[in-house]
Amino acid sequence: MADVVLELRGMCRSFGALTATDDVSLTLQRGEVHALIGPNGAGKSTLMGLISGKIAPDAGNVWLAGRDITGLSVAQRARLGLARSFQVSSLIAEYSALRNVMLALQARQGHSYRFLRPVALDRGLQGQAREILARVGLAPRASVEAAFLGHGERRLLEIAMALALSPQCFLLDEPMAGLGVEGTAQLVTFLHTLKHDAPILLVEHDMDAVFRLADRISVLVYGRIIATGTVDEIRANPAVRTAYLGEEAAP
Amino acid sequence: MDNARREWALNAVLALALFAVPAWAWVANEPFIITLATRVAILAIAAVGLNIALGLGGLVSFGHALYLGIGGYVAGIAAQHAFNGTPVLGLPGTNQMLPIWAIAMLVSGAVAAVVGALSLRTSGIFFIMITLAFAQMGFFFALSWPAYGGEDGLPIFMRNHFPGLNTNRPWDLFVIAYGVLMVALVLFALLRAARFGAALMAIRQNPDRAAAIGISPFGIRLTAFILSGMLTGLAGAMMADLTRFVSPAMMAWTMSGELIVIIILGGVGRLFGPVAGAAILVGFEVFFGGLTEHWKLWLGLVLLAVVLFARGGLVGLVAGRARHG
Repeated sequence: MADVVLELRGMCRSFGALTATDDVSLTLQRGEVHALIGPNGAGKSTLMGLISGKIAPDAGNVWLAGRDITGLSVAQRARLGLARSFQVSSLIAEYSALRNVMLALQARQGHSYRFLRPVALDRGLQGQAREILARVGLAPRASVEAAFLGHGERRLLEIAMALALSPQCFLLDEPMAGLGVEGTAQLVTFLHTLKHDAPILLVEHDMDAVFRLADRISVLVYGRIIATGTVDEIRANPAVRTAYLGEEAAP
Repeated sequence: MDNARREWALNAVLALALFAVPAWAWVANEPFIITLATRVAILAIAAVGLNIALGLGGLVSFGHALYLGIGGYVAGIAAQHAFNGTPVLGLPGTNQMLPIWAIAMLVSGAVAAVVGALSLRTSGIFFIMITLAFAQMGFFFALSWPAYGGEDGLPIFMRNHFPGLNTNRPWDLFVIAYGVLMVALVLFALLRAARFGAALMAIRQNPDRAAAIGISPFGIRLTAFILSGMLTGLAGAMMADLTRFVSPAMMAWTMSGELIVIIILGGVGRLFGPVAGAAILVGFEVFFGGLTEHWKLWLGLVLLAVVLFARGGLVGLVAGRARHG
């Protein structure tokens, strides 16, 4: 199974009486977009927290590229190649778009304990950061502080930062949220190319986008995965239709 | 003139003024003014130290007087043993500033490492209270340590020496303090512009994001806290030599507050914020302290005005918001 990049095995997590994640196992394979869908409160955010390391599981393991990363911190997982974007854009607000990407590159290289050489004079770092911004289409906005970027631009900068980590896999938490029709279409096109850099585990509410993008879909309901399959299989699955697609899939 | 240029102009004016005023006093034979300028410079060094933790890292340490006091006691203890010719911890005492500074920075750094490692597990108000608690422990320890003066403090009979200069002359001592301040400012500027500074300021703004790209907040913050304590400790050793006296008061919580006030008055995280703030504080003490013994009331009103209307302190007022490029 050399093609499995990220794997969850029997992940469980409860908050008091609420079982937010109930024996979840899934895999993310090279070159695919695996979408995780589910109604509100299904436990998608908890699952993202478990994978990224923000939340500790009660049971189960996370494997990244054949290595058990369950006990590692958020930062350690990121250094091993787990790049995530946040549901609500989470950037370094006072830094320009360029400095945000440069920071991610610096983190990727693992050299944050350098005390005397100005970053602004680091041509290599700047050049790489500009290339990445150009790839997501933010090059003209490189010098704008993150706080002053538009909503869609912030979403793109999130992805640029993830890309700067040259990760093993991407963990994208609702990247389309609030993007509008045009923005979503552009991002779908971009993610189609991004999945060849590294596979994408995608949590997304926009069903049209999911159906256009996903190679496989897992449906999460009440903390359990009730089905995993291709777009067509999920569309045809009666349990999914009742649990989740209900109204939409009716006549 | 854009903001960055205006800030550099202000920095140049502050650096020149801090040199020119005592230089004039030297010519006019006004040693008191030179000593005041020396005090400004040393307080500014201490505040540059705090500015690493508080300004760049957003770590509101309400216990930096601890490092000031440690530096002071290192200078006082070394000098006393040199004076008596007795060893301390198996080593001879010394009356040379350079080794004293090195020891002051090492000891302050070691203490900051312990305090930081424990207090950085908390944040916000808890961090403030834990750093305060450690400083109070230092304060009461010094207070109840009779070997080095206890609550009476420890006088330094002979000011410690610096190669090639006569530290008993106010001008020479000022030149030393000014030189160290300039070195501290250059190091602060380099640190802020380097990868370490980029990571530290990013963690202040968004620790979750920093962790998500693989920068562990704890290690970066702890390193900043240690460097911060070391620099403030160095200032403590110099302060002890300026006043030729060390006492537990150096570690009092009011002293920690004074360092924070200096940074807020001058401009949090700004290169010359500590210089501006120290000058304002000492200026107030001298001019209003001569008029009324309630000068701290007026300082309080100025502080209130800064917090309400000029969040960037003096540097922010002149040069606007800081830009990180």
